[in-house]
Amino acid sequence: MTPAIEVRAVEKRFGNVSIIHDLNLSVAKGERHAIIGPNGAGKSTTFNLISGYIRPSSGEIRLNGDVISGLRPFEINRRGLSRSFQVTNVFARMTVWENVRCAVLWATGYRYGFWKNVDELPEVRRRTAEILEDIHLSHRRDVPAGLLTYAEQRELEIGITIAGGANVIMLDEPTAGMSHAETERAVALIRRLTEGRTLVIVEHDMSVVFGLADRISVLVYGRIIASGTPEEIRGNPKVKEAYLGEEAH
Amino acid sequence: MTSTMTSAPDIAATPSGQALRFYGLWAIAAIALVVLPLVFSSGGSLTSFSLIGIAIIFALSYNILLGETGLLSFGHAVHYGLGGFAAVHLMNAVAARGWPIPLPLIPLVGGIGGLAFALLIGWVMTRRAGTVFAMISLGIGELVASSSLILRSVFGGESGITTDRTALPHIFGWSFGPQIQVYYLIAFWVFVAAMAMYALTRTPLGRICNAVRDNPGRVEFIGYDPHVVRYLAYCFAGFFAGIAGGLAAVNFEIANSAYLGAVQSGLVLFATFIGGTAYFFGPILGAILVTYLQLGLTNVTSVWQLYFGIIFIAIVMFAPGGIAGLLMMHRPLIRAGTLTMVIPSYLVAALPTLALACGVILSIETVARYTASEGDGNIINLLGIPFNATAPATWVTAAILIVGGFIVGRITWRRIADAWDRAGSIARDRGYLA
Repeated sequence: MTPAIEVRAVEKRFGNVSIIHDLNLSVAKGERHAIIGPNGAGKSTTFNLISGYIRPSSGEIRLNGDVISGLRPFEINRRGLSRSFQVTNVFARMTVWENVRCAVLWATGYRYGFWKNVDELPEVRRRTAEILEDIHLSHRRDVPAGLLTYAEQRELEIGITIAGGANVIMLDEPTAGMSHAETERAVALIRRLTEGRTLVIVEHDMSVVFGLADRISVLVYGRIIASGTPEEIRGNPKVKEAYLGEEAH
Repeated sequence: MTSTMTSAPDIAATPSGQALRFYGLWAIAAIALVVLPLVFSSGGSLTSFSLIGIAIIFALSYNILLGETGLLSFGHAVHYGLGGFAAVHLMNAVAARGWPIPLPLIPLVGGIGGLAFALLIGWVMTRRAGTVFAMISLGIGELVASSSLILRSVFGGESGITTDRTALPHIFGWSFGPQIQVYYLIAFWVFVAAMAMYALTRTPLGRICNAVRDNPGRVEFIGYDPHVVRYLAYCFAGFFAGIAGGLAAVNFEIANSAYLGAVQSGLVLFATFIGGTAYFFGPILGAILVTYLQLGLTNVTSVWQLYFGIIFIAIVMFAPGGIAGLLMMHRPLIRAGTLTMVIPSYLVAALPTLALACGVILSIETVARYTASEGDGNIINLLGIPFNATAPATWVTAAILIVGGFIVGRITWRRIADAWDRAGSIARDRGYLA
């Protein structure tokens, strides 16, 4: 079966500095794949490369078998890949409802339409309400997103990411800065919402990673040093040395 | 819980209640447009209403860029002016060749003129937002304004191109000679254009424009190209600005280079910002106020632009949401029933603030009479009281008003803030204020 995401020999240089070298990564369809690694290892850069935010200097990235490297982010998004951001990245002056609705519009085919009343699109309304229900923000629907609490903004961020119905979801540190209880809630949310889809997640919280992921890739200094099931990663001496060792103090 | 607290938001929340309020507002606006000239029927007020109508369309079109899409343009008058020239040229052609195009359709041609130029240059201009867009808009504005003086056959040079609106085919027996007929033509277009621009904000494109304003980077990751969104918004803004320009051409029976210059671009920015960009009706308020001041102040003082500047700076510093923002700030208080807690503090503060304003006006006028325009005479008429600009008594009065007004005013302004804290926290407890 074609993998959902396939990264082949991707390199990213900024000037003479190479921050990703020879990156190879394969994520099967329906898999929940976690990318871990120390700070500055290039996890977010990997996300930015796959989602089209930055272009690879060389190499190839495929989504469901089609080459997507070099495409613009919105073109990649239209092909069924959606990502969230590490720093909350919502539409601050718009309400929670409008935030999610904007993310629903392209997928429902209304695009740049300027001849239809946006409030009278039953499918858009239904899907927006569903997503709000899913992320437990229905009671906050008329609040401007900028006024939400931090945890609520993180949940909205996930809602915007999944709203378009993409089959590949990439979440960049979705639980960063959350309390223990909030993290548990968020993990349950992620598990439920990505059911039947492919998930790639960057995460620092090891309990989240080992609880959620089917497979884990370890990124150190712009290179994947190991890739496997949580058990394999736990037992891998290279990983222990490079990453888990310094965490398990 | 009292009934007033629960009923007000409920009416707004139900679709039928919303629809009723929505159509009610537009019906009131339509009636106001029809009735206004019957109540104030002097020639002067008809001229004023016509100018205000044109300014409303122009300011609303500007807000498609500034308020809806987050694009700060310094050259919006280009589309207004080109719309005006398109209208004038067509009017002359219709008159010369006897085409069966009546005058009420001419503003639409102005709109097409504004749109055509937006389609042409918009793609390059909207590649980037922010400072890049602002700078390019300034450059394009200057470019078009200066070419209008060079390309004499199209723009008529310094004197512009004149036309005669009564030479077009008459419709319903209206010649459009009398100003009242022109007023109703403008009022019709104000209503149609305002309705269309409001409807635009309620479409998928309109919503995505807001998203691009708030966070263009994120928009790319929900399937949209922010460049395309900005371009479409720019084209719509150009189209409606062109309608305003076409109406101006009909109203003045001339189009000249002043239509598309930096002053005109600045005025529309002024009006939109003073009115408030966050609400649809903000630019309408701004257009009314700025046009009214422009017409009124020029008769009263020679330094009216100075007052414009002071008002603008005051709004930017103390009320960045504009007049609409100031008004809408009180909506949660009205709903929570705590508006009565702040009103008295406003009334108390009004007196020293007015004194301060009078002091400032008096000193500005004194300086102006002394230096620039001695021909105006030395008598300043303020609130019906004559002041002699050369008399030391006037200077002392101004100083007392400024210093006293400021000292007393500061105390009363603090009391407004305190009253607001109390009213706001109650409104917050009742769930009307986030």
